Order: sequence, then structure tokens, then C-alpha cells
Amino acid sequence: MLTLNNIEVMYNDVVLVLKGLSLQVDEGKIVALLGSNGAGKSTTLKAISGLLKPDNGEVTDGEVIFDGQSIAKRDAADIVRLGIFQVMEGRRVFEHLTVEENLRAGAYTRRGGNFASDLELAYTYFPRLKERRSQTAGFLSGGEQQMLAIGRAMMAHPRVIMLDEPSLGLAPLLVGEIFRIIKRINQEQGTTILVVEQNARLALDAADHVYIMENGRIVLDGSPAELKDNADVREFYLGLNEVGKRKSYREVKHYKRRKRWLS
Amino acid sequence: MEKFIQLSMSGVSNGAILALVALGFVLIFKSSDVINFAQGELLMIGSYLTYTAIEQFGLFWPLGVVVAVALSAVAGVLIEQLVLRPLIGEPVISVIMITIGLSSLLRAIIGAIWGVSPLPSPKFIPTDTINILGASVGANRLWAIGLSIVLLTALTIFFRRSNDGIAMRAVADDQQAALSMGISIKHVWAVSWAIAAVTAAIGGILLASIFGGVGASIGRVGLLVFPVVILGGLDSIPGAIVGGLIIGLLQSYAGGYLPPELGMGEVAPFIILIFILLVRPYGLFGQKIIERV
Ligand SMILES: Nc1ncnc2c1ncn2[C@@H]1O[C@H](COP(=O)(O)OP(=O)(O)OP(=O)(O)O)[C@@H](O)[C@H]1O
Ligand SMILES: [Mg+2]
Repeated sequence: MLTLNNIEVMYNDVVLVLKGLSLQVDEGKIVALLGSNGAGKSTTLKAISGLLKPDNGEVTDGEVIFDGQSIAKRDAADIVRLGIFQVMEGRRVFEHLTVEENLRAGAYTRRGGNFASDLELAYTYFPRLKERRSQTAGFLSGGEQQMLAIGRAMMAHPRVIMLDEPSLGLAPLLVGEIFRIIKRINQEQGTTILVVEQNARLALDAADHVYIMENGRIVLDGSPAELKDNADVREFYLGLNEVGKRKSYREVKHYKRRKRWLS
Repeated sequence: MEKFIQLSMSGVSNGAILALVALGFVLIFKSSDVINFAQGELLMIGSYLTYTAIEQFGLFWPLGVVVAVALSAVAGVLIEQLVLRPLIGEPVISVIMITIGLSSLLRAIIGAIWGVSPLPSPKFIPTDTINILGASVGANRLWAIGLSIVLLTALTIFFRRSNDGIAMRAVADDQQAALSMGISIKHVWAVSWAIAAVTAAIGGILLASIFGGVGASIGRVGLLVFPVVILGGLDSIPGAIVGGLIIGLLQSYAGGYLPPELGMGEVAPFIILIFILLVRPYGLFGQKIIERV
């Protein structure tokens, strides 16, 4: 449904951040994109959603294909109308608007849709937002703001929701709750999900397919079961390593593996 | 006592007009971070167009006003699209220079079309005086107060209830996030300039009646926008309203009670401006970033 073919992204006409990245998201699935800080995960999402422009970035090569059509040159509003909605990193709720006004802003592209029933649908997934519907969004807790950010995405009826680090800065219990809701939205509404995470364990539990990126490229991908067995993933992303190995030996191995990944 | 009522009424009516004009300024600043030095010229455009529609084309006045206000809105959108849109992403200081240049340009255009000497004001707003508790107050001042209240209320409802209003506030809060939900920032900017031009046009029409003529003196009122918005906060709509009233009243009292040789009516707002900048640079109502505790 959504395919990236060898895309390159450059910021400020000089910094090449994505260096030929390819990935594929199938309809109805949850796909996770893992990677360390600065790997280019947010950049990947923005390349899809058309949000690079305000950051002075640009897709300089490759193609982004959604339902058979190339969308790399479309502007952000068109892409939302086509059915791809990005929930940006750091939640980005409109702080001076109320919860309900935020949800209305999310429904901006749905002129002529039924706002009241869309609102009720969002509230069935996030009953806490309903309780706080006329509260100023800036005063919600971090978890509530994340719920609002996802609820706001639902208001646009997207076919794909892209979530950029929904667990960022939240307590583990809340993260669990939010991931459960994301899974429910995926199953009950049929919404395809592309989720960026630093928390590998979480992503491996929730996703149908996982991509791992380093330095602007995909270095590994597979089903969660396959990746959980991969020694590199166990070591670098899950923090597990085989006990009893001598430290110096492990360091050499680590270096070699890193090198293999980066080349 | 009569003098006090009289000064208060003229202060409130001037203040109400200032609030309208400042509101347009604040809208433009909130949605696009542009500091518009051409706000006074928007006032002039509105009043000259009304003069032309009613006095030169002989339109029945309500129709003439509607036509003039609609043309002002078009002018506002054109200014945004032709002059400011190409400057997206340029440094603030260049944008300020451009709006200062724009203000001279618009004045030159107005001079070329309508000449530089003042024209008579269209006479549809009654100018007879009404007795309020012994003080005589011009009916046009009551018009100014009434019309400003109606417009400000309508705009408040627009910001709270309409899709465009909510989109405008969303863009003011976080432009990129607004973009991520498909809100068209260009549309929001165009709407801001249209509203600013409309409120300024109506302000200009009211000022023409109060001044008894259409001319450059109307444009000078545009300068008072700066004390108003600096007092109220550059990004605050309630601040524009309260600031407008305070500056209007202050100007009126200072002009009426202090010795006229000092000319304090003209100067007082700017003294306040300097004072506010010293003690509270973000204004009385300026938005501070919400921080959760
Ligand atoms: N607006 C920008 N201008 C220039 N360089 C940028 C810009 N945004 C990001 N970068 C650079 O691009 C690289 C990838 O950034 P990106 O935000 O995509 O990483 P990320 O994988 O999302 O990281 P994190 O996990 O920290 O969010 C980084 O090296 C960053 O410095
Ligand atoms: Mg990121």
C-alpha cells in the first residue's frame, strides 16, 4: 500500500540524511521502524507526509508510492486528504486550544463529514479525552496529550496513521495502555499503522513487521519473531548478551557487527 | 461631570475603533509573525473606497459600505499574496522593512487616485449630538461603540466556532503541527489579511465620520496601533480590545484635562508605550508558553 524506493533526503541542500532507504507497509498491518537517535526515523516519516518543507528538507531521489501513485512531490495537505496522517514526535497538541478544538482541527480536511459521530468514535477509544473535552490542551498530562494527538489523527479518517515515538517521556504503564489502544484502532478500524520507536521491546511486541535503520538506511527487517532471535538485535536493541563472553572479545565482535551494518 | 462623561465617551469610541484596528494587526502577527506597519493605510483604503462608492458612484449607503468593505478585503488578500507570500522564511527585519515600504507605496497609490487634499466624509452616519446625563455626545461616537461591539463579538464567535477560526488559532500555536493535519497555512494567511482589511475598513469609515473628512489624518491613527498592541500583547486578541480602550481613554483624558499647549492627547499613548516596554515587554495579556507543572 505504501512503498518507499531508495529515497534520499537532504536538509538545507547539504546534509544528506536518508541515503537510499526502502521499505514497504502492507494494508492493515502494524509496521515498526526502529533505530537509534539521529538514525533518520522522523525524517523518514516526514518524507512520506510532506512535512520536510518547514524543516528545509527535500526528497532528492527515489520515490514514495501510495496506492500506486507517486506522492513525493505532493504537499502535506494533499497527503492528508489521500489518507496518510502523521502524529509528530513530541505530541504537538495545540496548547491554547481546548481538547475538542484540537480534535476539530484534526477534522479540518473532513468538510462535509459527520463531526459529531467522528468525535464520539474518538471518545470511545479515549474516554479520558471526553472527560476533559473543554479543558485547555496545554494543561493535560503527557499521556493525555499523546491520546489527544492520536485522537486528532483519527478525526481525519486516515487509512495510514504514522506515529513518531508515541512512548516518548511516558510512564511504562501508560505506554502499555497507549499501545493497546493503537492495536485496537488497527484491528477495529482497519487503520494501517507505521510506528517509529526507540523502545524495541514494545515495537517487537506490537508489530507485524519490523524495520531497523541505521544512519539513513534500513539495515535489517523481518517479523518480530525473526528479529528477537537475531543476535545483533538482542545485543544492540534489547540489551541482552550472551553471558560468559570475555569483554575484549565482545568489543571486537561489536565493532565488526557495527561495521557490517553501516557499510 | 459633563466634561468627564464627554471625554469618556469620546475615549471609549476612539478606543473601540483602535481595538478593531489592533485586532487585525494581532491576527496577522499571530498567524504569520508579520509586523504590519501598513495598518494605517488599510484604514485609509477603506474610507476612500467608501467615499468613492457612495459619493462618486452614488450607491445607496448600505450597499456602498458593503462594496467598499468587500473591495478592502480583496485588497488585503492581494497585499498578502503579492507582497508578503514571497517573503516566507525571510528574516523578521526584512519583512518589517517590506511592510514599511508597503505603507509608503499604498500612500502613493492613494494619493495618485484620490489626490492629497482631504475629501468630504460621506454623510450617512448621523453626526447630531445626543444628551447623556447633561453631556452632549456625537451620535457617530455611539455608532462607533455599537458597531465595534457587534464586530468584535462576531469575530470572537468566529474564532471559537468556525473551522477557519479554529484553524487560524491552530496555526498560531504550532504551524508545522497544523500543516500535519492538512490545514492550509496559505488559506489562513489570506483569511487573516482579509479580516484585518475588513476591520480596518470599518474603522476607517467610522473615523471619517468623526474627523468630518477622508484624508491622511485617518492613516495617522494607524500609528496608535503600536501602543495598543504593546500594551495588550502582540499576540492577544483580548489584549487588543482592552489595550484599545485604555489608550483611547488615556488619550482623551490627557487631551481634555492637561493644558492643551502640552499636546498630551497626542503624546500620552507613546509615553505609555515606552513605559510598558520597560516594565512588561510582552504586554498585559501577551501569551506566555504554557508550562505544565
Ligand atoms: N531540520 C533539520 N536540518 C538539518 N538537519 C536535520 C534536521 N532535522 C534532522 N536533521 C538531522 O537528520 C538526522 C536524522 O534526524 P531525525 O530527526 O530523522 O532522527 P531520528 O531517527 O528521528 O532521531 P530521534 O530518535 O532522536 O528522534 C540527524 O542527524 C539530524 O541532525
Ligand atoms: Mg525522531
